[in-house]
Amino acid sequence: MVTQAHPKTLPHPEPPRRQRHDQPPKEHPGLQEAPRAPVAVHPEVPTGVEEAPRAKMAARDVDLWYGDKQALFGVSLDIAEGEVTALIGPSGCGKSTFIRCLNRMNDVIDIARVKGDIRLDDEDIYDKAVDVVQLRAKVGMVFQKPNPFPKSIFDNVAYGPRIHGLARTKSELDEAVETSLRGAGLWEEVKDRLDMPGTSLSGGQQQRLCIARAIAVSPEVILMDEPCSALDPIATAHIEELIDDLSRNFTIVIVTHNMQQAARVSEKTAFFHLGKLIEWGDTDQIFTNPNESMTQDYITGRFG
Amino acid sequence: MTDIPRGARPTAAGWSNTDDAAERVRRRHAADRRLRRLGAGAIAVAIGLLVILLSSIVISSWTAWTTTQIRLDVTIDPGRIDADDPFRGRYQDLVREAVYGLFPEVESAADQRPLRDLISNGAQFEVRERVVENPGLVGKTVSIWVPASDSIDQLRKGVIDRELPPGRRRVSDRQIAYYDALVEQGRVRSVPNTTLFTAADSRFPELAGLEGALKGSFYLLLITALLSVPMGVAAAVYLEEFAPKNRWTDLIEVNINNLAAVPSIVFGLLGLAVFLGFFGLPRSAPLVGGMVLSLMTLPTIIIATRSALKAVPPSIREAALGVGASHLQMVGHHVLPLAMPGILTGAIIGMAQALGETAPLLLIGMNAFITAAPEGVTSPSTALPTQIFIWFDSPERGFVARTSAAIVVLLGFLILMNALAVFLRRRFERKW
Repeated sequence: MVTQAHPKTLPHPEPPRRQRHDQPPKEHPGLQEAPRAPVAVHPEVPTGVEEAPRAKMAARDVDLWYGDKQALFGVSLDIAEGEVTALIGPSGCGKSTFIRCLNRMNDVIDIARVKGDIRLDDEDIYDKAVDVVQLRAKVGMVFQKPNPFPKSIFDNVAYGPRIHGLARTKSELDEAVETSLRGAGLWEEVKDRLDMPGTSLSGGQQQRLCIARAIAVSPEVILMDEPCSALDPIATAHIEELIDDLSRNFTIVIVTHNMQQAARVSEKTAFFHLGKLIEWGDTDQIFTNPNESMTQDYITGRFG
Repeated sequence: MTDIPRGARPTAAGWSNTDDAAERVRRRHAADRRLRRLGAGAIAVAIGLLVILLSSIVISSWTAWTTTQIRLDVTIDPGRIDADDPFRGRYQDLVREAVYGLFPEVESAADQRPLRDLISNGAQFEVRERVVENPGLVGKTVSIWVPASDSIDQLRKGVIDRELPPGRRRVSDRQIAYYDALVEQGRVRSVPNTTLFTAADSRFPELAGLEGALKGSFYLLLITALLSVPMGVAAAVYLEEFAPKNRWTDLIEVNINNLAAVPSIVFGLLGLAVFLGFFGLPRSAPLVGGMVLSLMTLPTIIIATRSALKAVPPSIREAALGVGASHLQMVGHHVLPLAMPGILTGAIIGMAQALGETAPLLLIGMNAFITAAPEGVTSPSTALPTQIFIWFDSPERGFVARTSAAIVVLLGFLILMNALAVFLRRRFERKW
């Protein structure tokens, strides 16, 4: 199960500053070596970025084991509020594993053990007092393969509000469904056939339905685990536009294999390799002027 | 690349028809054909055997679906039957007199005996029923179709061969003569054998039916379903979805799988020792039979339910958890409904197994000779398979075809249940 690395009383370390561009790359770069201030909520403004947004979620020294095999090594990363953070890296590098730590989806894997500290609005999500259901209502998730329930479109979207008691009357529920479907850019396409099964939609529509389902419970953070990898380019473009729209209201973390996609949709990018967070920072900087040669190699397609 | 002269074309003897390649292709095709023929052959043999089995049962049951009746003109003698209490009365005498009346020339008692053996022992009850229904008949003469005795029934159906020498057949020459005379008078007819479904067991084949066995089997299945389906599904859901994976649950899993392989007669012994011996429950009762059978079907249902739960794709589970459903909500709202076709199929196949099970029922006394249909789960009763067992053991000629008929009925119910399983699976199946 989950080991509690930091008791609640421990001061939450301040998100590290990104390394300056002119610093030479170090062998083990990143966050452990960055200076840490004792105060949590006000990250220092990194160079080149005016007015950094508050960290909505913050991970510190997160280790994860699947049985005996360690999959994450001391990952420390901030998810800035109201921004899109993209996680990139080659297959098996731990990006999906990490994103699943953020809403404790790894809890259902018996052999997974998490060590470290992950906070949502400065509250430890692995604390015993935290109800995982409430956490997942706040941190929603969209998966790689569109996975609508084998129910009607309406029921798919209404499921979350129903189980969380967000809609007291039928009209409130109707409204919640419409709002969510509009939010996911699907309303115009499906408004006349809400009682059709969600599985009858095309792949891209299904994925937007899944996004509508996720936003129907009004989460604060949406995690997207390669949401476009099963979609064609046109559906992908749709989803990317949607992510852009959604980032006005939600904090988004997206795992992607597609580096152009990361560059297009995200403000921040984090590069993972072999379970370690190699580098993270503003997307522009990561893609134009990375600090690490490994990042450089990856984004230029020399490996991965 | 540039070595190839422009305009050069692959010749006819190109990559595809060298001798080696042709030989390889030929061998591959031959292997394909061999495998396909073997498979088709296996299926043909299986279907052939099944057809032989089914047709032999159906053919040998053929004569049991009809029965012979003889028309008697019975005078309801007010001296023997009291119109105020028509239930009690000497109906046997009435029937005998009616039979003797058919052949007034036969007078000696010794000659009358084979005459009265033409008619079934059940004829008197037929007459009684009519009179009880309508007491106004007392004092009148009524024409009633009554069942013929088994020997005459078999004679009409040709099962008893009249060409055989008299010592080797069960009907005498004189009875054959009487029968032929009755046929000439139009007093013999063949009707569908409804007795087979409306009567309980009897010593006389022409009066024996499956009502007791059908009701007994119904009560058995009711008890079995009520006990094993909820228990089996709950156990499977717990083991599959909630139980921690540790040595204890491993042990339980191994034991459940072993339980499925325990010979059914062992469950019968257990029922005899525990339910009858220790708890002192009634013998031959469907209640006890159902308890024993539910022990037997429990592992089947648990295993089927677990594999149905396992087959629900993880993406649906993740989707439910991702929108913040609790584990219980995930199972209740999504996993169980999706697993429902598999669970139903498993449950119905378990029930069908229970319907056909004989051995454990023998040990708890459900193969007793019981001439009344059970009134509840605690009254003594037989079941379809044990009734087949009893009839198969009976010496009377009429039970031979009736045994096969009972097997056909049992098979009919099994096919019906399996068809229901298929239907339910189709009905509840949803795509994802």
